[in-house]
Amino acid sequence: MATYSTNEFRSGLKVMLDGDPHNIVENEFVKPGKGQAFNRVKFRNLKTGRVIDRTFKSSESIEAADVMETELQYLYNDGELWHFMHPETYEQVAAGATAVGDAARWLKDQDVCMVTLYNGDPISVSPPNFVELTIVETDPGVRGDTASGGTKPATLETGAVVKVPLFIEQGEVLRIDTRTGEYVSRVK
Amino acid sequence: MLAEVRAFFAERNVLEVETPLLSLAGTTDPNVESFAVEDGEGPVRFLPTSPEFAMKRLLSAGLGDIYQIARAFRRAESGRWHNPEFTLLEWYRRGIDHWRLMNEVELLFRSVLGEVIVADTLRLSYRDAYGEAIGIDPHTADAETLAYRAGTFGLRPVGTLESPQWLDLLFSEVVARRFLPGRLTFVFDFPAEQASLARIRDGEPRVAERFEVFLGPMELGNGFHELTNADEQSKRFWEDTKRRSMAGQPPVEMDQRLIAALQAGMPQCAGVAIGLDRLLMARAGATHIDEVIAFPWLRA
Repeated sequence: MATYSTNEFRSGLKVMLDGDPHNIVENEFVKPGKGQAFNRVKFRNLKTGRVIDRTFKSSESIEAADVMETELQYLYNDGELWHFMHPETYEQVAAGATAVGDAARWLKDQDVCMVTLYNGDPISVSPPNFVELTIVETDPGVRGDTASGGTKPATLETGAVVKVPLFIEQGEVLRIDTRTGEYVSRVK
Repeated sequence: MLAEVRAFFAERNVLEVETPLLSLAGTTDPNVESFAVEDGEGPVRFLPTSPEFAMKRLLSAGLGDIYQIARAFRRAESGRWHNPEFTLLEWYRRGIDHWRLMNEVELLFRSVLGEVIVADTLRLSYRDAYGEAIGIDPHTADAETLAYRAGTFGLRPVGTLESPQWLDLLFSEVVARRFLPGRLTFVFDFPAEQASLARIRDGEPRVAERFEVFLGPMELGNGFHELTNADEQSKRFWEDTKRRSMAGQPPVEMDQRLIAALQAGMPQCAGVAIGLDRLLMARAGATHIDEVIAFPWLRA
């Protein structure tokens, strides 16, 4: 596998550290006047999400990680695994619950997601930033009640429950921000 | 800002000079890599990592006090405070030592930075700076002690380090980070091993007549009571060359013309190099050197 030397370090580089694939979050070059240079680097473990700090003497090298981020289309869930397909090559990958994580709340057939692959296996799935989902169950609203700031829970077709304003009715389609899990607007 | 800098030196009758960017010799310093330029027909030439050698040759040739706003080039030095191509303000004053030069550096900074400086200047020795921040004596601590101490500050670098490298790491990551923002801090009396082109003063411990000046934790400059002894300088260049060779670093042509100039006689003087891009950063409140450079390295 290829290696990177410290002067190739930059944000977004995928490397191996302690046996796990990591992403470089921050890379700071420090060099006391006319002395030895060092790189102070912040890494995020792509499997566990943990962020760590490490210092390298300049010109040390580190193993590159076979990590790729690709856009894949969500196909279906067979109860254990979530199946995705590459829209052009039709290759399929299956991701387990840990990799899918929070995205499971929002995935609808054919949604295009950013999937991180390590050695060809999915280790994390990011849903699209915004999704449009139908409400399958919510208490009836009071027509015209747009003034009060109150909210009520609504269950979406994926099973996720979100807080919505009181005037929203069952059957409506909502736009949800998957990064915050919040209702954004209605979709006409 | 450049206009103010030039006015400062004009008032003091210091002559502005210009020295070559394509030189037959480079720097042997093992901690710096020079850009080499192909000449096709002639030998390879080196871009300067600082205008020091050429300016010292001018001093030996009889020029009085001189300054230069010079482009400098150092390979693989890129980061928040580093751009491989950068600008140095370097000047030399004959007949004074580094203590008096520190005074002039302070005057220049106060004049250019104005209210960015909010506290009185602090001057302390390298040993005291270490003592206050880390509680060890940098002149006597061995690699194991330094490694252990670095660990307590969360510094566990990958790679093997010798004492001078531990000292460097601890200095920039612990000692300098504690310097008060908005204050000028001068650190003097560096360990003799870090003398570079400065005189060494015998004593307990042996120290280099060298100082560094910081604004908050940011290093702005490096000054020396200059070494004038040709034999001593030549010896240091050979030591450097040996270290480069042992570490597998690319060879660099030693500056024999500088040695010859020193042999002919360089007047006793003190010199200092200031990072002008960083000075501009301080003046403008920038947090990354890219903010003060027209086209930083990756977009040049």
